[in-house]
Amino acid sequence: MVIIEVTNLEKTYVNDGVETHALRGVSFSVNSGEFIAIMGPSGSGKSTLLHILGFLDPHTGGEYKFDGKSITDYSKQEIAKVRNKKMGFIFQAFNLLARTTVLENVKLPLLYSDVPESKWNELALQAIESVGLSHRINHESSQLSGGEKQRVAIARALVNNPQVIFADEPTGNLDSKSGQVVMDIIQRLSEEQGRTVILITHETYTAEHAERIITMRDGQIESDKTVGQRHHAREQFIK
Amino acid sequence: MILKHSFKTAVIGLKSHKSRSALTILGIVIGITAIILVMAVGRGAENLILDQIRGLGSRTIIIEPGREPQGPSSFAEFFTDSLKQKDVDTLLKPTNVQGIKELTPEVILVTTVSYGNESIRTNVIGSSYLMAKILDIYPDKGTYFTDEDIRQKASVVVIGSKIKEKLFGDSDAVGEKIKVKDRLYRVIGTLPQKGQVSLFNADDMVVLPYTTVQQYITGTNYFNSIIVQAESEEIVSRVVKEIKLTLRESHNIDDPEKDDFHITTQADAVERVKMITGILTILLVSVAAISLLVGGVGIMNIMLVSVTERTREIGLRKSLGATEKDIMQQFLFEAIILTAIGGVIGILLGAFFSFLTSLILSQIVSLGWAFSFPISAVLLGLGVSGFVGLVFGLYPARQASIKSPIEALRYE
Repeated sequence: MVIIEVTNLEKTYVNDGVETHALRGVSFSVNSGEFIAIMGPSGSGKSTLLHILGFLDPHTGGEYKFDGKSITDYSKQEIAKVRNKKMGFIFQAFNLLARTTVLENVKLPLLYSDVPESKWNELALQAIESVGLSHRINHESSQLSGGEKQRVAIARALVNNPQVIFADEPTGNLDSKSGQVVMDIIQRLSEEQGRTVILITHETYTAEHAERIITMRDGQIESDKTVGQRHHAREQFIK
Repeated sequence: MILKHSFKTAVIGLKSHKSRSALTILGIVIGITAIILVMAVGRGAENLILDQIRGLGSRTIIIEPGREPQGPSSFAEFFTDSLKQKDVDTLLKPTNVQGIKELTPEVILVTTVSYGNESIRTNVIGSSYLMAKILDIYPDKGTYFTDEDIRQKASVVVIGSKIKEKLFGDSDAVGEKIKVKDRLYRVIGTLPQKGQVSLFNADDMVVLPYTTVQQYITGTNYFNSIIVQAESEEIVSRVVKEIKLTLRESHNIDDPEKDDFHITTQADAVERVKMITGILTILLVSVAAISLLVGGVGIMNIMLVSVTERTREIGLRKSLGATEKDIMQQFLFEAIILTAIGGVIGILLGAFFSFLTSLILSQIVSLGWAFSFPISAVLLGLGVSGFVGLVFGLYPARQASIKSPIEALRYE
């Protein structure tokens, strides 16, 4: 089942009258449950693509269908709802609320959902447990290490049980060991929970954790390949 | 998002930025405290002066010789001799003026009063028993002089509490003889402490029959004023009109412009004082408005900075599913909470300082300075700081909330 379908997608920024073409006609589709990595050097348009796919930024040309419905047919309310219910975001910079506990950070998406308040704690605790941070519940986000921060961000992305996880260079700010832990969690989201994962990275090694790699250059797709020899983060631990 | 959660989120947001919240509140507190204090003092002053004037009673009409003073140049016209015993008799005829309950001429001068080795310069007032009634001050020892004393030009005197204190100390004054100017008068009554009543300091005066004062002290046959008590407040303006007509007729004046007397009523005086204190209040309020403005600019600054600083937070919340409405609600609540806390503290502090001021002032001027607490100042202060808080909190929040989440997240 196709969950994401883009056709000839374009994005043009206008800054002080100067046009920058970040995306120049990108077409591909993603099946539900797929784990895709989008690669490319900086400026290739991979982040822009992810933001558009994640409803965080509007596109300027072409068509984007999410869940069979064109994004232009979604109202503002519906867009907020999709972001909240169907999508989970993991950012390179974590984007946790400062001076706020792990638990409150993870609860944040529930605040904007229709989940009754009585279930918030239970859901948040489950999500925190799934990233192995149960012992840090009442720590403030500033007291955590980078890897822990990213795991809190993943728990926050999971708490509303979304279909699609968008991860924008999730290991970019982490040392290799923390990066492995994060990649392991992300991989399990795909394999054990059957979620669709779209990961952005500029490292081939990280990308090879996915099933399929889309490589971008100058706002266009350069290649779209299935990964032959996948890495498994868990195995790296054992070594 | 449910309102309750918006509210909670706002509280958490404020708590996690304590010093910023405190500074915003401080701005509101200063503005509201200042405006309440200033307006309370202004109102207190007005009430004090009005009470002083009303002390004479609203039925009181004062006739004074000379044209109404129009300025320093017409000062001399104050001291004319147009009011005499003849006028008193004319006015007392009901066929001339209807509705006069009582009336007394008044002769006022400042001269020396002495007893033994003690002497003091004070106000000497020639009047009748009506003076006691109008000032609402009656002898606590001895009696007042009677109409018979006035007819006989009796050498009797009633003295104020301060005079009694200065001349006699603790010993009894009634029955003793004091010298006013250069002649002896028997003290028949002493007045209790009363303080200022309108223009009279009731403690610092001696009162004699007006006939006695004219005969032995001033040697004149005219009065400084005639005080009329109308039967009721409602008829004051009619009585004033009839007095004018009667006096013009008996003084042979055709042209009201050439009146050799003028009449003041309490209503006039109250009007005039209200005008003066009104101007004073406007002045004070403009000063307070400046402090409110300064407070407002403070709120504005902090709000602008805080919302701009939180553009990333707004972007994050939107990326997690917050709608524009959710964001606006959160910031609206933050602004409301800050304004409410600042408002309550400001009102309490304003009330406290106004009260303190009224205490201190009543010590200094030794008058009953009534504590007054103007609601209008509260509303004005709350309104202005609330408005500033809302506009400068919500406008940047709105700007941030309509950005795409990624634009807001990238904001530096």
